[in-house]
Amino acid sequence: MLTIENLHAQVEGKTILKGIDLDVKAGEVHAIMGPNGSGKSTLASVVAGNEDYEVIKGKILLKGNDLADLDAESRAHEGIFLSFQYPVEIPGVSVTNFIKTAINANRKAQGLKDMPASELLKKIREKAKLLDIDSKFLSRSLNEGFSGGEKKRNEIFQMAMLEPAFAILDETDSGLDIDALKIVANGVNKLKGKDNAVVVITHYQRLLDYIVPDFVHVLFDGKIVKSGTKELAHELEAKGYDWIKELA
Amino acid sequence: MEFKEKLISSYLAFEDGLDLTDTVHETRARALRVFEDKGFPTKKDELWKYTSLEALIREDYSLFPKSEVNIELKDVKKYFLYDTDTYKVIFIDGVYSPFLSNTTHDGLDVCLMSAALSKPKYRSLINTYFNKIAPSDESLTALNTSYAKEGAFVYIPKKTVAEKPIEIIHFSSGDQDSLWLQPRNLIVIDKNSQVQIIERHQSLKEHAVVTNSVTEIYVHEEAFVDYYKLQNDLTTASLIDNTFIQQEKNSHASVHTFSLGGKLIRNNLRYLHKGKHILSTLKGLTILQGKQHVDHSTMVHHSQPNCESHQDYKGIFSERSEGVFNGQILVDKIAQKTNAFQQNNNVLLDEKATVNSKPQLEIFADDVKCSHGCTIGQMDEEALFYLRTRGIPRKEARALMTYAFANNVLESVQLPSLKKRINGQIAKKLGVNLGFEL
Repeated sequence: MLTIENLHAQVEGKTILKGIDLDVKAGEVHAIMGPNGSGKSTLASVVAGNEDYEVIKGKILLKGNDLADLDAESRAHEGIFLSFQYPVEIPGVSVTNFIKTAINANRKAQGLKDMPASELLKKIREKAKLLDIDSKFLSRSLNEGFSGGEKKRNEIFQMAMLEPAFAILDETDSGLDIDALKIVANGVNKLKGKDNAVVVITHYQRLLDYIVPDFVHVLFDGKIVKSGTKELAHELEAKGYDWIKELA
Repeated sequence: MEFKEKLISSYLAFEDGLDLTDTVHETRARALRVFEDKGFPTKKDELWKYTSLEALIREDYSLFPKSEVNIELKDVKKYFLYDTDTYKVIFIDGVYSPFLSNTTHDGLDVCLMSAALSKPKYRSLINTYFNKIAPSDESLTALNTSYAKEGAFVYIPKKTVAEKPIEIIHFSSGDQDSLWLQPRNLIVIDKNSQVQIIERHQSLKEHAVVTNSVTEIYVHEEAFVDYYKLQNDLTTASLIDNTFIQQEKNSHASVHTFSLGGKLIRNNLRYLHKGKHILSTLKGLTILQGKQHVDHSTMVHHSQPNCESHQDYKGIFSERSEGVFNGQILVDKIAQKTNAFQQNNNVLLDEKATVNSKPQLEIFADDVKCSHGCTIGQMDEEALFYLRTRGIPRKEARALMTYAFANNVLESVQLPSLKKRINGQIAKKLGVNLGFEL
C-alpha cells in the first residue's frame, strides 16, 4: 500500500528525517512510537504533502505510484488521509458543509458527480452513530470551541466519511479520556479492512491496547531504529526510551 | 476652473425656481459658505489621512443632469430585491422616477425629499429634523446641504411597523460622461416603531460618477431601524456616504455596510445617543479587488449611561485594493456603565493589497467596558493545508475560508432575500461556486 524508501526531509534548513524505510501492506496496522522530537509528526506531514517540508532524498510510493509531484489535495484524491494532532478551527463552516465540500471535491477528482443529498445524509448519520456523535455537533463550526476529545472524534468521523486507502493518525489518543479513546479506537477498527491500511503515531502504549498493531516501529532522531510486533510497545512502556537512544 | 469654483459659481443656477426666502434655503446658503471656506478635505485632515479625493476633484462633473432619461424596468430590475415586496424610492441621475418607484402615504410616509421640503403638511417635521444632526462644520456634509433638494423622505409614525422593507436606489444612467450627485435622505422613526431600509447607488453603465450623499436618521424611544447599505457599484463610480444617526432611549439602530465594489468609497457613519439603554450596531463587510479603495470612518458618541455599541468590520482585499478603517468611540464622563466593543479584522490575499486600521477610543467615564481589536493577516496556511488534506483544492479552500470569515457579518442580516443575494455576490467575487449557503 505505502512504501517509504530512504526518506530524508528538512524544514527551514534543518534535516528532521534522516533515512526512513517503511513498508505498509494493505490490511495492516502499523504503530510508530518514539520520544518527542524524533520526527513522528514530520513524517505524517511529509506523507500528507505539507509544502513547509522539503524532501531532499528518497521516495514515498502509494500503491506503487510516486507521490513526489502531487500536492496535498491530489494525495487526498489518491487516498491518503491525515488525522491531525492539532485539528485547525474554522469558524463559520459547519462540520456538515465541510464534509460535503470535501466529499464532492474528491468525487470531482474521480470524475464523479456530487453525491446526492439523501445519500450524503444517510452516510453522515451512519458514521456519526459509529463514533457516537450527536447531530447537534454536526451543525457546529468546524472544530471551533471543540474539546480535545471532540476534535479527535471529528477527525475519525472525517476519515469514516472519506474512506481513505491509507490513513495516518497523528497522536489521535492525546487529549482523550478512556471512554473517548474506546469510541475512537472502535471506530478505527470498524473502518479497517483488507483493502486499506493505517499507521498510528503515538507516545503511549495505551491506544495500542484498543487498536492492535501488526507492527511497531520506534523512531529516533529521524530514523527507524527498531521494528517489532506489539510486544515491542509493551517493552517501551516498561523500559522507556533511553535504551532505544543507545541503539541509535 | 477648479471643480470647487464650479460648485460655487453654479449655485445661482441651482437656486433657479427655489423659494429663496424659505428657512430651508437659509440653511442651504449658510452651508455653502462653510464649504466655500473649508473646501474639500485633504490628506492633512486627520480623518482623511489615508483617502485622497484629489484625483476625483481634479476632474469636471456635470451638476445638473439632463431632465428625462429613458430607463425601463427590465434595465434595472436585477438591482431590486425581486423576491420580496418592497416600497421603492428610485432616482435616475438624481431625478425621481415615479414609474419605477412604489411610494406610500398610507399609515406611513415613504416619499420624496423635494415633496417634504415644499409641502406645508411636512413643514413641522422639516423644521424639527432637517439638518439638525448633520454637522454644520464639515465641508462635504455642508456641500450636500447647500445643494439639498432631492432624496428619500421616510416618516414612520408612533407604534407602526413598516410592513415592507424600503428600497432607496440611486441609479446613474451614464447618459452624461461625468456626473456629481448629492442625494439628501431624511428618515424619522417615531416611538415604538420599526423599519427595514436598503440603500444602494448603482451606475447602469461605465461613466465617471461621484455621489456625495447625506442621510439623517432619527430613532425615537423603543424604535428599531435595520439599515443595509449595499455598495456594489462599477469601478467608475465613487461614493462619499455621510450618515448621521440619533437615538433616543431603549432604541436600536443597526447599520450593515456591504462594500463589494466601486472606485472610491468613503463611509462616514456617526451615532449620537440621547437616552439610556440604547443599542447601536455597526457591521461592515468589504471585499475588494483591482485598485478599489474603501474607507470606513465610524464614530459612536456615548453621551448617556447604560448604553451599548457593537462595531464589527471585516475586510478581504486582493490585488492592489486598499482598505481603511478608522473607528472612533467617545465615552463622556456621564456615560457610566457603557459597553462599547469594536472589532476590525482583515485578510490580505495579495502582497500589494493594503489596509490601514486605526481604533480611536476616548473614554472619560471610569465604570465602562470597552474593547477593541484589530487584525491584518494573510490567509492562514495551516488551515488551508488542513482543508487540502481533505481533498479540497487550494482555490476552493481559500474561497471556503474567505466565505467563513465573511459569514458572521451575514449572520445578523434579517432579510433572507438580501442575505441570499449578498451570499451569491460573495461567491461571485471569489470566483467559486461552493454549492451551499452558509
